[in-house]
Amino acid sequence: MELFFQQLINGLSLGALYALVAVGYTVVYGIVQLINFAHGEIFMIGAFGAYATWVLMGSPSDWTATTSLLVLLPMMIIGGMVASVATALATERFAYRPLRGAPRLAPLISAIGVSVFLQELVRLFFGKIPGMPDAKSSVPFPDIAGISGATITLGGVIIQMPAIFTLAALAVSTVFLWYFVNRTKTGRAMVATSQDPDTARLMGINVDRVIMAAFAVGAALAAIAGVAHGLMNGNIGFRMGFLAGLKAFTAAVLGGIGNINGAVVGGLVLGLAEAMASNYLGTTAWKDVWAFVLLILVLVFRPQGLLGAKVVDRA
Amino acid sequence: MLEIKQIVVAYGRVNAVKGIDFAVEQGQIVSLLGTNGAGKSTTLRTISGLLKPVSGEIWFEGERIDGLPAHKIVERGIAQSPEGRRLFRQMSVEDNLKLGAYSRKDTSGIKADMDRVYDLFPVLGERRSEAAGLFSGGEQQMLAIGRAMMSRPKLLMLDEPSMGLSPIMTQTIMKTIQDLQADGVTILLVEQNAQAALSLADRGYVLEVGQIMFSDTGKALLGDDRVRKAYLGAD
Repeated sequence: MELFFQQLINGLSLGALYALVAVGYTVVYGIVQLINFAHGEIFMIGAFGAYATWVLMGSPSDWTATTSLLVLLPMMIIGGMVASVATALATERFAYRPLRGAPRLAPLISAIGVSVFLQELVRLFFGKIPGMPDAKSSVPFPDIAGISGATITLGGVIIQMPAIFTLAALAVSTVFLWYFVNRTKTGRAMVATSQDPDTARLMGINVDRVIMAAFAVGAALAAIAGVAHGLMNGNIGFRMGFLAGLKAFTAAVLGGIGNINGAVVGGLVLGLAEAMASNYLGTTAWKDVWAFVLLILVLVFRPQGLLGAKVVDRA
Repeated sequence: MLEIKQIVVAYGRVNAVKGIDFAVEQGQIVSLLGTNGAGKSTTLRTISGLLKPVSGEIWFEGERIDGLPAHKIVERGIAQSPEGRRLFRQMSVEDNLKLGAYSRKDTSGIKADMDRVYDLFPVLGERRSEAAGLFSGGEQQMLAIGRAMMSRPKLLMLDEPSMGLSPIMTQTIMKTIQDLQADGVTILLVEQNAQAALSLADRGYVLEVGQIMFSDTGKALLGDDRVRKAYLGAD
C-alpha cells in the first residue's frame, strides 16, 4: 500500500509537470488551430532563463531556506517566464503570424523548424553568454535550500519537496488560469476568439493581441514547469523539451485539445498512468511505451479526448 | 456618413461584389435587397473590415476606413449583427453583451446600455445568466441586435435580422429597428424580407450578382414593378 501511495505522489507530480506544459499547447490550439511543436522548447528556455537568473543573482549557494523560497526561487521563476514569454512572442510574430491563412501544414513545419532552431540556439550559444556554462551537455540545476534534496514523510510515504513544489505550482496556476479566462476581459476575449474568430473581430476584439496573450500565458506556465523540471531532475539540457513536449502534447490530446481543464486532467492522468504502469506492468524503462499506448487507446475510442475537445459551434 | 465607392470584393478569383456604389446618410435606414449570392453579406463584411476590397474605397465620417483592421472599425462606430446571429452560444446573455461592449471602457455607460437592452427585450433581462444557445431563434436575434448596440455604434449594420423568425417576431424586430432610428442610430439593413425592410427604409438598393441594379426611396421601391415581381411575389 505504501508503494501505491509513493507511486501516486510520483505520478501526480510528473503529471502536474505535463499539465503545466500541456496548457500551452491547448490554449494556442484553441485559438489558432496550430499545434505549436516548438512549445517543448519554450519550456526548455524557461528552465535556462531561470538558471541564467540564478547566475545573475551571483550564484547564491549559502542562502537560508526562507530567503531561498521567498526571494531566490520567485526571482528564478520570473526570469524563466521573461525568457519563455519573450521567445514565444517572437516565435509567434516571426514564424507563425506571416503564415496565418496559409495551408495548415505550413505553420506546422515552421513550428518544427523553430523547435530545432531553439534547441541549437541554446546548445551553441548559451555558453557564449558571459558567466553562463556550456550547454552542449546537461547543466546541473542550482540547489534551492528547503526544496532540493528535502523530503517530508507522511505515513511512511516519502515525498520529495520538488514534487510538492510542482503540485503547488499547478494548483496556483490553475486558479490563476480560471480567473484569467472567466473574470478578465482579455480572458473572455480569448474564449470568444476560440469559439468564433470573425464574430470576435466584430465585437472589436483585436485578435492579434488575443493570440499573443494565448502564447504568453502558455509560455509563462511552461517556464514554471521548466523550473519544476530542474528541481525534480537536478539538471536541465537543450534536449529536455523534446520528450516533455511530446508527453505534454499527448496530455493535451488526452484531455481534449483546446480544452484548458482537459489539459490539466490529461496531464495528471498521463503522469499517473506512467507511474502506475511502470510499477505494476514491468519496469520504468517501459513508461514511455505505456504513455503512448494510452494516447493511442484514447485516439481510437474517444478521439475528442477525456473532457471533449473545443466544440466547433457555428450557428 | 458612409460612402461606398466602386468596391470590388473577391473570394479567390471569383468577384462576389463587382464595383458597387452607395451611401448611407446620418439618421437614415438604408436597406440592401437581393437574393442569395447577390453580395449583400459580403458588402457588410467588407465594411466591417473582415474582408479587404480588391479595389474601391470606403469612407466613414469623412475618413477612409477600408484596410483598417476590424477592431478599429468598431472603435470608429460601426457595429454589425452578422447573418445567422453568431452568438457565443455557451456564454451567458450578460457575457455576450459585455463582449459587444469590448471596445468601450466607460463601465457605468456600459451598465446603462445593458439595462437599456434589458428594457427593450425583457426576456433577456429575466434570463441574463443563461447560456445564449438556450434561447429561441427570435430571442437570440434580440440578443444579437442588443450585442451590436452595446458598442454604442453610430452606424448599426444588421444582416438578415428576420431570418427564421415568425411574422410576429419579425414585426417586433422591425419595430426595434425603428426605435433605434428614433434614438439617432443610423442603420444599414440587409434583408430578404423586402416588404418588411422597404416599409422602414428611407432608401433601398437592389443588388444582383454583385452589382447594384437600381435604387430609390423605400416607398418607391415598394411600388416598383421590378421589385414587386422579383422580391414581393407579385405577378
